[in-house]
Amino acid sequence: MPKTMSEKIFSNSTNDNVESGDIVVANVDLAMTHDLTGPLSIKSFYEIGKKVWDPDRIVIPFDHQVPADSLEAADNHILMRKFVKEQSIKNFYDVNQGVCHQILPELGHVVPGEIIVGTDSHTCTHGALGAFSTGIGSTDMAMVFATGKLWFKVPETIYFNVNGELKNNVYGKDLILNIIGKIGADGASYKACEFGGETIKNMGISDRMVLCNMAIEMGGKTGLIETDEKTLNYLKNRANKKFKIFKTDLDAPSLEEIHVDVSELEPQIACPHNVDNVKPVSEVDSEIDQVFLGSCTNGRIEDLRIAAKILKGDKIANGVRMLVIPASKEVYTKALDEGLTKIFVDSGALVCNPCCGPCLGGHIGLIGPGEISLSTSNRNFKGRQGSPDGKVYLSSPAVAATSAIKGRISIPDKY
Amino acid sequence: MKGKVWKFGDDIDTDIIIPGRYLIHTDPKILSKHCMEGLDSQFYEKVNKGDIIVGGKNFGCGSSREHAPIAIQGAGIGAIIAESFARIFYRNSTNIGIPLLEAPGISKILNQGDEIEIDMENGFIIKEDGNKYEFKKLPPFMLNILEKGGLIEYLKDGNI
Repeated sequence: MPKTMSEKIFSNSTNDNVESGDIVVANVDLAMTHDLTGPLSIKSFYEIGKKVWDPDRIVIPFDHQVPADSLEAADNHILMRKFVKEQSIKNFYDVNQGVCHQILPELGHVVPGEIIVGTDSHTCTHGALGAFSTGIGSTDMAMVFATGKLWFKVPETIYFNVNGELKNNVYGKDLILNIIGKIGADGASYKACEFGGETIKNMGISDRMVLCNMAIEMGGKTGLIETDEKTLNYLKNRANKKFKIFKTDLDAPSLEEIHVDVSELEPQIACPHNVDNVKPVSEVDSEIDQVFLGSCTNGRIEDLRIAAKILKGDKIANGVRMLVIPASKEVYTKALDEGLTKIFVDSGALVCNPCCGPCLGGHIGLIGPGEISLSTSNRNFKGRQGSPDGKVYLSSPAVAATSAIKGRISIPDKY
Repeated sequence: MKGKVWKFGDDIDTDIIIPGRYLIHTDPKILSKHCMEGLDSQFYEKVNKGDIIVGGKNFGCGSSREHAPIAIQGAGIGAIIAESFARIFYRNSTNIGIPLLEAPGISKILNQGDEIEIDMENGFIIKEDGNKYEFKKLPPFMLNILEKGGLIEYLKDGNI
């Protein structure tokens, strides 16, 4: 029977012939927890186990509160460093490495065909490299730590068949915002969201990660993209694990196909307070107080290059502050080497260390009551970046950089 | 299970349930004080043990933070009924022993302050006037986890 990539990955992992709707107990290939959801995972784990099932399959990055901004955060870091030592976990990345969903692929932990779980909802990002990767909670992670297994319902698939050429200044972020706006915040609930078609074939890994990263914002269990030459090139010199490649049969009965034509797509923006409240940027006019360029959605070197090109030789508007937060040490170093950091600093932006930044509203760069943030991250829920009386808009780096210069939400027009 | 209804709308996200700035805490007593703070800063004060949250569609969307169901449980809420739930929140709540009941159409039937009873065994929500409304019965696998009080107790019992 024709099958989807998800069904094939779960069939491979369980050594069984499974299909969507089946509840299976699958072997987990890689488990990630970070400094914010890690402490609860560890507490629960010690209730049922003493030694983790396989320390080499666990990755622990610190990224949400780095460096520690409170005694509580410092305590959490101490607890987790102790766990890492006790359990002989080698894949531990302390405060200096960057955002989990960026460093896992960068440092070669993600390969196609594997089942990856993380105590972070944006773990779905790794589907961009052909892995089945999904967010779980801390108690689920305790079970994974203890047994290496977890129960899953094998999902049905929505296959977004995307065709047409993206216009100038229109990116993966605009495409995914447009899709979420159309199908809604629960439009893909419990389903795998696979992206294919000519547009995706021509898209770089960075933008593919943007699509998969935001699959959860329409309720998706994971994002997925078929492994191709671009994937293999990305993995070269990064990953040295063996892997299997699985491809979706488009005639699989559990697959629903949605056609998307991007040739007329304009820059998009998600307005407060829901990610599916999406409009063309041309229809939105608002002042802004803060611009945040970064996060696991749009904090990669490609994003920083786009923003730097727009900001070069210009100044951020009076009364607007801009935070640039490279998503990893690798991105941070490249930005320095390519002279992007100087462009940001000269334009008046503040360049911070790799971390999640204002995205989670619990570390740096919070917005106060009545303030408006324009952010390249993935969520604009009420109170997401600080005060519940603040507002968050979501856009591409090009819209963010243009708006920072103009002081209002604006369409990129410089190039 | 009997309790008073606390009613919320569609797409109640995990940042509403427990904002990011409180995630440095793991103690349910601290987390529960900030439960639903973004919409109702007095929620914790007003709720009594065994009360029931009624939501619209996509309840619990957003983050994987288990702090969200922990805050709700810590505030005393005994069950959540909604039109539909977001996936990770559904798992997390079940894993710590909060029953989540999916009942399409329920947000038009139940009102803020209603006193209701939940008949878990037969799959009914019962209003004070005696009217009964069905909810989707839980799969036996999930019922077993709930009956044990959560996934950790279920695993301690030698399952899987």
